[in-house]
Amino acid sequence: MLRKAFPLVFWLLVWAACYRAVGQDLLLASPVQVFRRFAFVAEASFWRCVGMSLWRTAAAYGLGVIIACGLAVVCHASKLLDEVISPALLVVRATPVASFIILALVWLSSSNVPVLAGVLMVVPVVFANVREGIQSTDRQLLEMAQVFGWSRWKTWRRIVIPTVLPTFVAACQACVGLCFKATIAAEVIGVPKNAIGTQLYNAKIYLETDALLAWTLVVIILSMVLERLLKAAFERGLKRVHHI
Amino acid sequence: MSITFDHVSRAFDGREVLHDVSFALPERGAVCFFGPSGCGKTTVLRLLCGLDDPDGGRVDIPEGTRFSCHFQENRLLPWYTTEENLRLAIGSEDVQPWLDKVQLPDAAKLYPDELSGGMRRRVSLARALAHDSDVLILDEPVRELDEATSEKMLELIRESIGDRLLVLVTHDRSQAEKLGCQIYEFPLK
Repeated sequence: MLRKAFPLVFWLLVWAACYRAVGQDLLLASPVQVFRRFAFVAEASFWRCVGMSLWRTAAAYGLGVIIACGLAVVCHASKLLDEVISPALLVVRATPVASFIILALVWLSSSNVPVLAGVLMVVPVVFANVREGIQSTDRQLLEMAQVFGWSRWKTWRRIVIPTVLPTFVAACQACVGLCFKATIAAEVIGVPKNAIGTQLYNAKIYLETDALLAWTLVVIILSMVLERLLKAAFERGLKRVHHI
Repeated sequence: MSITFDHVSRAFDGREVLHDVSFALPERGAVCFFGPSGCGKTTVLRLLCGLDDPDGGRVDIPEGTRFSCHFQENRLLPWYTTEENLRLAIGSEDVQPWLDKVQLPDAAKLYPDELSGGMRRRVSLARALAHDSDVLILDEPVRELDEATSEKMLELIRESIGDRLLVLVTHDRSQAEKLGCQIYEFPLK
């Protein structure tokens, strides 16, 4: 227990030492000031912001996974579409998300732009893994299915999907944190109503360093919780399909 | 109507494995493709099951012909138990009688990686025999099995042919004789 608490205590002490060294609340708030700020968890507005940001993340994540899987299947079926879509997704992956956010603000409402930012983070990663998973399906098993006269759906359900599942799950796990952070970043730029990103933006504008750090801690905690929850859910699902 | 190979040729990387081969298989009964390794037996099997196309000539397979196959490799789905692997081939029918027949009465809940090589061969054999088909293809069905088990499996194969066509591939002529196979000596002319 003590050993587990040691890193936390160590970094809190480093933080406190830095606060003392800097000596200006405007530049760096103390751990005590930040924890005092956590009183905002008792306010309804805090939960509205957290709820809406999580809702946008969930929407972006769900949409992103569905679009990525759909594109991977389409690209597997058509070489021509693959040649069109795969390079486009490589470009999306390489483009800074902020560029998309600024561009999208011209077209979309500030509340929807974070969803788009999250989708753009998820799609290329999940697409690449699912595509690779489909391509790595054991040819011998596919031939067995063909000889035994299995339908296309049965072949996908019994062979392709179980093959793809581990790489799909790995991509989904890797993406959840990225998606959440991209959504928050888009909220900071777009400043929609009821959003963690908007609170971060306001803290910056009003020079409330303690609030900025408190909301940042909220993002870190939520990101870790989301990753843990999804990891547990995916591992449970994977165990049902693969006996591991 | 029977399956016919009509002046079939097939080459891989410029090496011709089959050259202008013609023959017809009977509608039912047992045939054996016999010959040394690399003489084109597997190529003929792949053309027969529709897994490959000839470079020249044609393979005529009557519409609606159903196949089942015991491949050289086991080709069991690693994420399913023995019972589930068999059920995928035979539907809702009880799989336990088939497990008993291949002498694996307690293997239903085991996964392929929990079975020995010989056990996996027998599960694959049970899958091929149990599947409702017109053509039953068995590629080296008793390889890796000890002599006593081989004898029992050959007996099971003989009992399971029924009204279908058995296509056996083997290096061992005595197996073909035990199953009363008409022998097609490779390389085919």
